[in-house]
Amino acid sequence: MHDAFDSAIRGDLSSARFEPGPTEDKLILSMGPQHPSTHGVLRIMLELEGEYILRAEPILGYIHRMHEWMAEQKTYLQFIPNMGRVDYLHAMAWNWAYAGAVERLAGIEVPERAEYIRVAVTELNRISSHLVWWGAYLLDLGAFTPILYAFDDREQILDILQSATGSRLTYSYITIGGVYDDVPDDFRERCIEFVNRLRSRLPMYRDLVTDNVILRGRCEGIGVLPVDMARRYGATGPVLRGSGVASDVRRCEPYGVYDRFEFRVPTYPEGDAMARYKVRLDELEASCDIVEQVVSSLPEGPVTAKVSRVFKPPKGEACMAVEGARGKILVHVRSDGGLKPYRVKLRAPGFSNMSLFSELAQGVLLADAVSILGSLDLVIPEIDR
Amino acid sequence: MKRIKKAFTGLKSLAVGLGVTGRAFYAKNVTVIYPKEEVDNLASYRGHVELVGKEDAPDVPKCVACGSCAKACPSNAFTILCPVPPKEGEAASDPPVMGPAPQRGAKTPSKFILDFSLCSLCGQCVKTCPTKGLRFSNDPYLVSFTREDLKLDLLARLHSQAANSQPVPVPDTESVDK
Amino acid sequence: MNALLLLLTHPAARLVLWLVLVFAFIGFNAIILVWVERKVAGYVQLRPGPLHVGPQGLLQPLVDGIKLMGKQLVTPAQGDKVLFWAAPLLAFAPAIVCFLPLPFDARFKPLPMNLGLVLILAFSGLGVLSLCLAGWGSNNKWSLLGAARSVAQAVAYEVPLLLCVLAVAICTGSLDLYAIAGHQGAWPWQWYAVKNPLAFFIFLVCAVAETNRAPFDLPEGESELTGGFHTEYSGMGFGLFFMAEYANMVIVAAVAAALFLGGWQGPFLPGIWWFLLKIYSILFFIIWLRWTFPRVRFDQLLNISWKWLTPLALFDFALAVIVVSIRSMK
Repeated sequence: MHDAFDSAIRGDLSSARFEPGPTEDKLILSMGPQHPSTHGVLRIMLELEGEYILRAEPILGYIHRMHEWMAEQKTYLQFIPNMGRVDYLHAMAWNWAYAGAVERLAGIEVPERAEYIRVAVTELNRISSHLVWWGAYLLDLGAFTPILYAFDDREQILDILQSATGSRLTYSYITIGGVYDDVPDDFRERCIEFVNRLRSRLPMYRDLVTDNVILRGRCEGIGVLPVDMARRYGATGPVLRGSGVASDVRRCEPYGVYDRFEFRVPTYPEGDAMARYKVRLDELEASCDIVEQVVSSLPEGPVTAKVSRVFKPPKGEACMAVEGARGKILVHVRSDGGLKPYRVKLRAPGFSNMSLFSELAQGVLLADAVSILGSLDLVIPEIDR
Repeated sequence: MKRIKKAFTGLKSLAVGLGVTGRAFYAKNVTVIYPKEEVDNLASYRGHVELVGKEDAPDVPKCVACGSCAKACPSNAFTILCPVPPKEGEAASDPPVMGPAPQRGAKTPSKFILDFSLCSLCGQCVKTCPTKGLRFSNDPYLVSFTREDLKLDLLARLHSQAANSQPVPVPDTESVDK
Repeated sequence: MNALLLLLTHPAARLVLWLVLVFAFIGFNAIILVWVERKVAGYVQLRPGPLHVGPQGLLQPLVDGIKLMGKQLVTPAQGDKVLFWAAPLLAFAPAIVCFLPLPFDARFKPLPMNLGLVLILAFSGLGVLSLCLAGWGSNNKWSLLGAARSVAQAVAYEVPLLLCVLAVAICTGSLDLYAIAGHQGAWPWQWYAVKNPLAFFIFLVCAVAETNRAPFDLPEGESELTGGFHTEYSGMGFGLFFMAEYANMVIVAAVAAALFLGGWQGPFLPGIWWFLLKIYSILFFIIWLRWTFPRVRFDQLLNISWKWLTPLALFDFALAVIVVSIRSMK
């Protein structure tokens, strides 16, 4: 009876590789695509022995929207709104990566004020992304309240970003040659106000969550990621910095005007979920520092370079790497001299970070797997693209 | 001994956590209870685009029916129709045959429809408009039961705005303050 | 009329009357507690909680209950139908019995018996069986994992719970909740919570674990097991589990109030109000815990019980025995 049922539900390519064993001790479990802690539509096939994971295999493609192909069908300017939809939590960084690549391709000089505004909004967006991650991670670990505190703070950022860009999530603000529109007059005051507010909130975050003994029990020593393994999989961003490598695109290959600002690149050598957690919380402070420096030295001037309405970059290719909230975002644009890009390649940091999971999750408890998955900070639309 | 000390610091951290949520219990709510209250930042919201009327004649759009917004739109959300000029030797039909802008001789759109269900609010149309004839409205209430309802007739909207003759607030992001 | 009154004094008639009252109390409590839970969650999270149905959203749980009743009852294919539907009933039924020996007031005695504590402990132990059946009958792997967790958790936490209950029972020399509560005075320094704080602490932790409340809600474990043992339940099947959870919370809070907080006794107010006040303070605390802490991991949960609570409870029990025997020697 059960065999008939099992064969009815089996049969897709991914689950066919997970065979139930001769004994009933081995559980084959499909975690997702509808599961509270896979954050969207990631599906993970699990082979469990009791609650211990013998094998885990992430399965992708449930929200594949062919962004790269869409780029080939649209003009350079028309592709901009797509970038906000790739990673909806850090839309600015993707926007910047694409705009920056096209600017390099066409040799467009971006006005200084636009560069400063780009840094400010990207850092604000990074803070909001980390806040969402923080809340969602705690939700994965079973604490319901922190996400609402995080959203309380995030709401302030979204208000600031809305006053500058008009939208709250998918901005399309960074355009080719600059930014879409100038920031409002009170942008500086509001940013300073927010930065001070967030700094005064961080001790509360520490008291409520970081110091909590239950959280430490759930994070410390869980999913230890050695540096060589991180390198092998191409992990970037907070995941790599949590393993003690001070690798940050903003510092290693500065783009925009990042080389003019003082900021810390936090690293923790432990490599466990707690280290990744601490890296992200420290990045909140680092981003606050950057925002403060940007808005207090914001130069006057135009915010957009002259870009012709019929935009045709010369033949060639260019790429641009940007430090996103999840790691190194890379956009590679190739032009054949026409109205539309010949090819756009999007390198999503989440993809490499997620491929770590399979190896990290081997032999851990199901609850730890959830903790590891959360600590990698995955945004599934970005991975699937 | 060390473990007992660790257990006590752990218990202390739990008590501190309870203190944080306990203080929140008395703190002010941050929820905006929607139908009764409204958020106060709608002025900077970028809603669907709308036509801008001429300064001297608010119900006549600045639009010259060049069709560049329709071309710039990534998702083909615009339908701009103008009368097609009759071919050589043919009489003008009545009503005139409509065709997509631009049409020779047409200096103003006869129909200007935005399918909001396709629009992603990227603003390419506003940027590209040569006459600054488009702008963002700050209308966030765009819910409907059918897709047909989301096909907004922007000319009709302009006319009704002009008829109400309320000075429409210019959603210029620079004038926004909280 | 006299005959009717006489009938009421008959134990059997009183039992029936009490059962009716208990049903009403459980239903009322579930509604109030759901509301309290959601309000506390709301205020802790800087939002107002339920607001629109009734004054301050008081009727929201009632409306939710009606919604649950209106839902279709789905039995999973290949599931064990009998076990699947027996489980929610089995979860709910023992809770009713457990209400009978609770000392609401010195004068209310629905079921005069001198082993009230044993009755409660015995019947509340049945609760885990229902979770186990629910997990097995669902034919769902998540439910099965939840069931396995619940059994291990119940076994681990029953031991320290019993030990610290015994520590109090030995001090009073009785297993009757009325006697134990009556043994303490009206003032806090006469309560066992002050005389024996270790036992009170252990009891509270075990009570949270026994009722499967966060941070020990592993059988449900929403973010891990999607819903644990009740993944497959819809409508009132889930509703009964839900009611049983709240009924169990009231029971453990009432037992804690009777054992450690002097039961109905207190100055100025009539006994029943004091008892309800004490119950609700403990419930408030349990709810507060839930909205503050992350969930512990399964092995950590067992470690807390076996490595900390059980030895501590044993130590506490031994201490109580020594104190009592010294006292009786005098």
